[in-house]
Amino acid sequence: MNGFFDIPSDLQHSWLGLIGLHLREALLPVLAGLLIALPLAQLCVRFRWLYPPVLWVTTVLYAIPSLALFVFLIDYTGQTELTVMIPLTVYTLVVLVPAIVDGVRSVPQETLAAATAMGFGPVRRYAQVQLPIAVPAIIAGLRVATVSSISLVSVGTLIGNQGALGNLLNDANIYNRPELAVNAVITMAVLAILADAALVVVRLLLTPWMPSGKRDRKEAAAL
Amino acid sequence: MNGLHYINAFFSDNAHWQGYDGIPTRVAEHIQYTLEALALAAAIGLPVGLVTGHTGRGGNALSLIATAGRALPTFGLLVLMTLLFGFGLVNVMTPLVVLAVPPILVTTYEAMRSVDPSPVDAARGMGMSEAGVLFQVELPAALPLILGGLRSAAIQIVSTATIAAYVSLGGLGRYIVDGLYQRNYEKVVGGATLVAVLALVTLAVFWAASRLTVSRGVRASG
Repeated sequence: MNGFFDIPSDLQHSWLGLIGLHLREALLPVLAGLLIALPLAQLCVRFRWLYPPVLWVTTVLYAIPSLALFVFLIDYTGQTELTVMIPLTVYTLVVLVPAIVDGVRSVPQETLAAATAMGFGPVRRYAQVQLPIAVPAIIAGLRVATVSSISLVSVGTLIGNQGALGNLLNDANIYNRPELAVNAVITMAVLAILADAALVVVRLLLTPWMPSGKRDRKEAAAL
Repeated sequence: MNGLHYINAFFSDNAHWQGYDGIPTRVAEHIQYTLEALALAAAIGLPVGLVTGHTGRGGNALSLIATAGRALPTFGLLVLMTLLFGFGLVNVMTPLVVLAVPPILVTTYEAMRSVDPSPVDAARGMGMSEAGVLFQVELPAALPLILGGLRSAAIQIVSTATIAAYVSLGGLGRYIVDGLYQRNYEKVVGGATLVAVLALVTLAVFWAASRLTVSRGVRASG
């Protein structure tokens, strides 16, 4: 297609530059979400009564549309990348917290008892026994969070060209160049699938004791 | 607080309650888009999920389809379809359905797979037909999880249907998109509040639906 990679100059980025920007805006929130979800999930495992209200709050936060959150945040953070990344971080929690809690809870009691008997303290037991066993569930949650995050970044174009590859959609509209929209959709879909595949590889590397053909049973629990 | 002030100003203005751009009209449009998209997505996702979950086959294919569906950017698809095929409701419905099918499909499949196999075997041993096993044993037991999948699909549709306004259709996104262009923050925040409230109402509706439809025994054990 003609002009497929001719990115209009108002975006101030090349195609590759937009991809980099997109990955940053999509993946930093997932990372931040993981850093928030890990301690939060651990609290939910330790204090069982905390889990239902936490689930409830994350579900309600997830119910608030991204565009509404963006608009609300403009007051505080302006039309910047941060305004896009904060809601995306909040959204990842609804997937990540249950994934981690279910993963950590699924560690058999005998395994924990064995670790304690070997003299593992609570911290070491968490880091070296519970977390590694929960890795498949955590990665399953990360996959859903990452893929939807990559798709959601594009909505940021509505608040003043903060949507990375999504900005191409706006330009496709105003310059009447559909090929830019095709480019944006395909690039985002391919990025999402590549990120998903990368996470599968990470899981295979982190859990060498598991058969590689095993399907993720935890994906449904994640969403 | 700033936001609250805007919300108050928006809802207390009488002009916002009347006519084709009034709150009742926009809310009705939004609910219409949501129900249509949810019905279409459920019509695709539920039967496929129920049957594959019942037979236990095609799980890998399903998770591939679900990943592909999630990978397609909703907003991008909307703009692309509008640019290619012109303006219309189909171009809004397609991305919303693509968005909603994966959670329904995957959750339904996993819900059916996670049903305790012993009552299923017992039902089969008592001579129940396959359809009987599916609808009278597996479905009631899997219902809470299935409703959970429908709920998360419905919430995603409610919050995403706002983008319909970007391609000149109605719904609550109208306030957000118009407000942004008119630099009318009152309108933007008012629209955003309405969408959030609608999403919470959706949560409540699904909560009530699961109270009504899930049998007491399943609720107690789950």
